Amino acid sequence: MKSDDPILQLTDVKVHFPVHAGVLRRRRVGAVRAVDGVTLSLGRGEVLGLVGESGCGKSTLARAILQLVPLTAGNIQLNGRDLAACSKVELRAIRRDLQMVFQDPYASLNPRLTVYDTLAEPLIAHRVCPQAEVGARVAGLMRVVGLAPRFVRKYPHEFSGGQRQRIAIARALALQPRVIVADEPVSALDVSVQAQVLNLLAGLVREMGLSLIFIAHDLSVVKHISDRVAVMYLGKIVELGRAADVIERPLHPYTRALVSAIPNPDPVAERARRRIVLAGDPPSPLNPPAGCAFHPRCAYAQDRCKSAVPPLAPYGGREVACVRAGEI
Amino acid sequence: MSLLEVTDLKTSFHTRSGVYRAVDGVSFNVERGETLGIVGESGSGKSVTCYSIMGLVPQPPGRIEGGSAMFDGVDLLHCSPAAARRIRGRRVAMIFQDPMTSLNPYLRISEQVIEPLVIHEKISRRAALQRGLEMLAAVGINDAPRRFNQYPHEFSGGMRQRVMIAMALITRPELLIADEPTTALDVTVQAQILELIGTMQRESGMAVIFVTHDLAVVSGLCDRVQVMYAGRIVETADTRTLFSDPRHPYTRALQRSIPATQPKGAELYTIPGLPPDLSQPIPGCPFAPRCEFAAERCRDTTPALAEVAPGHAQACLRVQAHEI
Repeated sequence: MKSDDPILQLTDVKVHFPVHAGVLRRRRVGAVRAVDGVTLSLGRGEVLGLVGESGCGKSTLARAILQLVPLTAGNIQLNGRDLAACSKVELRAIRRDLQMVFQDPYASLNPRLTVYDTLAEPLIAHRVCPQAEVGARVAGLMRVVGLAPRFVRKYPHEFSGGQRQRIAIARALALQPRVIVADEPVSALDVSVQAQVLNLLAGLVREMGLSLIFIAHDLSVVKHISDRVAVMYLGKIVELGRAADVIERPLHPYTRALVSAIPNPDPVAERARRRIVLAGDPPSPLNPPAGCAFHPRCAYAQDRCKSAVPPLAPYGGREVACVRAGEI
Repeated sequence: MSLLEVTDLKTSFHTRSGVYRAVDGVSFNVERGETLGIVGESGSGKSVTCYSIMGLVPQPPGRIEGGSAMFDGVDLLHCSPAAARRIRGRRVAMIFQDPMTSLNPYLRISEQVIEPLVIHEKISRRAALQRGLEMLAAVGINDAPRRFNQYPHEFSGGMRQRVMIAMALITRPELLIADEPTTALDVTVQAQILELIGTMQRESGMAVIFVTHDLAVVSGLCDRVQVMYAGRIVETADTRTLFSDPRHPYTRALQRSIPATQPKGAELYTIPGLPPDLSQPIPGCPFAPRCEFAAERCRDTTPALAEVAPGHAQACLRVQAHEI
């Protein structure tokens, strides 16, 4: 579903956070390379899944796309326009097209605002419609996400987790964005509620022509909803391709380990399969290993993996960052 | 005799907004060396069941309203505090969901790991430290001698859960209660911890109660699974049967809502409505308002667990009457 005219294009995006030491004379001692050279495109109407473990940089990448953290290098283009080159006024208009849904609907909604206030705020701030129409718009948004408009005067604590996430999605939809970045939107929800929110997101993409970046650590959820999947490890994309390909026939050793770690809800298959248990924890992005960042935990690592950083290169209809992609 | 026999356990919370019946008549057994999975969504009472057995329900507002939990002939709910202390933390141990908050940030790992030994066994400090160190190595912490003297903040989430497991297992308990031990962890780390619990169990022959909301986690680890809803057990069976032949409409609905069991991109099955408000009396079956098979009598007759096959019991009136 890759389109030649992507809605969003990331080129060699880097986000490094400086680390300082010293109390009286602060000096820079290094940088956390949270996102370290990500090139990615998002097609119109496409759902791109972004997976990786905690600390791999997926949330920082989401924040970078929304211009919530400054880029260290690289650029992000929305509809062909470089966001870094935009003035503050232009950026304000562009933000309407880019919206975000966060992981924890308990923390991302203001507990002192009613649903009405939460949903009306972006409409009023961006002067989307005349004051008199705000109420009707809010009711419309609530219906879109499957909430009864009669709850409009209620506060977040009166709703369940799944309903709160619906409110958060309605808030993201208020400005009719082109791109939504959803950062672990179902991780905090129970399975039965998770299914409701996934169905809602998939329906919105289909009906409103949205493009969605769906961040999660649960691969079965990502596979279900995404057209393409990008796998991140220590700030870099290590594998990118069609969702079914990447998850059913992973090529990169890290993706293989990640896929094999998903518990299977079929007990017979679960007991028969071989789990690749990775030793240790991911290395620190403050001091990444030389060469391929995955080599200290990789069962297939050779000497050459320790020296050269493997580029993300096309292989078998997708892109893989492993020099041994064809051999293993 | 079973290692643990829980009979008609009822635990409620008395709050200003009413009495919440968190656990409402739960009975089950755990055999020696067995792994029992307890599955349910938030608010189903799975954690409160475990907390009640361990004596960790804060009272007030919590209150054990009735029932018994016989562990090797001793009723943990009604015995003297001294008798309970000889069992809890020594013969029955527990690990928790969040390894970030369940370790004391002010104490070195060594102090925390040996604490159960120091309390429960007549052992010299030196011998306790030696066993603590061996335990830390046994749960797969590299460079254990150096790590032993560090503080919790120097450990990652997965490593902290390993420390929790070392602490729980140091007294060689006969029963380990694991309350969502992998929920806060990444999948790859979850795989490590599940593997570790399985290995420790094979080596020591202890029984495990594994509480989770994730059906998939249960499938590889547990011998038997029971599904809880609104403070009650709605279905229990050996793991294979529960997954291949679920009978209760709630178990079936739960299984159909997991993306991994459904074809890609298909509309996922969703259970309409919300779980019931536990502060209100529930006449009849608690799942009836959300159940696609509910009949008139489901709303006023409370169903009891009944066997549909040996070792497979479920609490749905219509299944019991062979109507669905």
